[in-house]
Amino acid sequence: MKLRAYALQALIVVAILLTLYGLATVVAARMRGLGVEPGFGFLGQRAGFDIGDTLIDFDAADTYGRAFVVGLLNTVAVALVAIVASLLLGAVAGLGQLARNRLFARLCVAYVELFRNVPLLLQVLIVYVLLIGRLPLPHEAWHVFGDWGPDVWLSKSGLSLPWPVWSNGALILERPVLGTFTFSGGATLTPEFIAVAAALTLFTAAYIAEVVRGSVQSVSQRQREAALALGLDEAQTLRFVVVPQALRSMIPPLANQLLNLIKNSSLAVAVGYPDLVAVADTTLNQSGHAVECIAIIMVVYLFLSLLTAAIMGGWHARLLRRQGGSA
Amino acid sequence: MKIIFLLAVLLCPGLACAGKTSDAILERGQLACGVSTGVAGFSAADSKGEWRGMDVDFCRALAAAVLKDPNKVRWSPLTSQQRFTALQSGEIDVLSRNTTWTLGRDAGQGLVYAGYIFIDGQGFLVHKRSGVMSAKQLDGAEICVQTGTTTEKNLAEFARASRIRFKTLMFENLRAVLKAFFSGRCQAFTADASALASIRANDSGKPEDYVVLPERISKEPLGPVVRRGDEDWFAVVRWTLFALLEAEERGITQANVDALRARSDDPAVQRLLGVGEDVGKPLGLDREWVYRVIKAVGNYGEIFERNVGPASLLQLPRGINALPRDGGVMYAPPLR
Repeated sequence: MKLRAYALQALIVVAILLTLYGLATVVAARMRGLGVEPGFGFLGQRAGFDIGDTLIDFDAADTYGRAFVVGLLNTVAVALVAIVASLLLGAVAGLGQLARNRLFARLCVAYVELFRNVPLLLQVLIVYVLLIGRLPLPHEAWHVFGDWGPDVWLSKSGLSLPWPVWSNGALILERPVLGTFTFSGGATLTPEFIAVAAALTLFTAAYIAEVVRGSVQSVSQRQREAALALGLDEAQTLRFVVVPQALRSMIPPLANQLLNLIKNSSLAVAVGYPDLVAVADTTLNQSGHAVECIAIIMVVYLFLSLLTAAIMGGWHARLLRRQGGSA
Repeated sequence: MKIIFLLAVLLCPGLACAGKTSDAILERGQLACGVSTGVAGFSAADSKGEWRGMDVDFCRALAAAVLKDPNKVRWSPLTSQQRFTALQSGEIDVLSRNTTWTLGRDAGQGLVYAGYIFIDGQGFLVHKRSGVMSAKQLDGAEICVQTGTTTEKNLAEFARASRIRFKTLMFENLRAVLKAFFSGRCQAFTADASALASIRANDSGKPEDYVVLPERISKEPLGPVVRRGDEDWFAVVRWTLFALLEAEERGITQANVDALRARSDDPAVQRLLGVGEDVGKPLGLDREWVYRVIKAVGNYGEIFERNVGPASLLQLPRGINALPRDGGVMYAPPLR
């Protein structure tokens, strides 16, 4: 009996593999017919285009492969910033909806309803257009901390701030300097990065707030009453009794939100932030290797998502072990 | 959209998709023409939804030649990302969409260019208040680019050759890139000079606040593209283009085409207008095809004047796009 079940499963796997192989062969033959040599060899070719916003050095003489790495790092950077910020904002807005202070609670509800019901693409565009429309030109940049604080400038070119760099074997703080057109030196958070990170944060935090609120409310009211009866104050009750129990049911839906956030970061294309998808689109156009570029995008998002799911899953499992319960 | 095109290309069972393009057009009763999503003077829908421009007129000419009716065209507005896949997959019969002819595209992607209808060059549009007079002064500037074109490569090569550095901002969507440039996010916008002229005239709000810099940093011969593997259709597209040039050379216009057909005793004119030697048969067309084309859209010079010439919104000089006798390079081999 067991043997038959295994044989059947093996057969299905073989059938799937054969189908995939067949598809790949047809695709490859068709691409050759169009005069495009299938395969990933093109990643070693010279890219020939520049990328404005990079975490590692890149110029037109580098390869398509390196361009993909630049795009990947940009995706990871904007997603990481947005994950941290949306977890914080989501926790505040989620708990805030339950706050005793009516005004604050209503504000939190209003925030959640507004931001989770407006399409994300629209939010990205609105934030971006506001930023580049309202910020001053580089020559009239705002000196964020005035003349006495650190040298931070805000303008249409973004947020320019001092950044440590290696110079002659010593770590020095390099300040942004205004050139003919814009700032150079130091580090710059471009309006594109800020717009994508901010919109992702505001959008995802609205969902996270709901997850937080739901999980907290699912903790029995009697637990809360018991804690108060034991002499814990409101904050201590939340910290030692409610949140630890709420976390158990919170983590799986939270993981979903983070996965959504990572994938939603591809909307960066709309405002010209050079994330993985933007770089892949440019490469696709330059090289004609559409299938390979889309395969790379798929594999990278799959990997990032599985990684996030694994981290969240690990956290959840540890929590369950420590608390000795089951979700 | 892109994914659907892609699947269509991939799942085409080999030869079945190549087929005879002309037959497919006749059967469908419509020419499927790929145009841009809106570049004034080349292909853009006007306030009534009517498509206008040089590339549009060329598709009308093709429809007049093959289907005997310049209005039997199905327009497919395509982004620069979608355009080649749409053609490869058979979604459109011809791509007439300010597309630059390069070796890589002509030989490496299953496409073939039928010729050039407009010769352009990449330039820079800047804010007048910046005081920049030459592209070489843009060292260190942030430059907005629309991706999916040869533009970003040309820009990188120009920077390298001139030993200057740019910060490149790449946008996929034309509206987004224009918003970024006009709001001052970047100091210059680079694209084909004809497109810049059109944008300065139509999208800037105040054309006098913007300048197109004099440098042309690339060669951009724009022309219609067809799929590789159907030489008959390729020939029809290519010779329709030549017929427009030949008509201008012979002085045949939309206005005088009927009179010339009735009265001209010039054998070259007679041949062209279907009263002399048959120039339709070798292409699989009837003998009056050129007559219909000129009647529908006029000759090349008229198409140029109407859409992009000095009297139009774009006000582009004829320049290199003139006939050889006027110092240009628009040359047609003999139609006989």
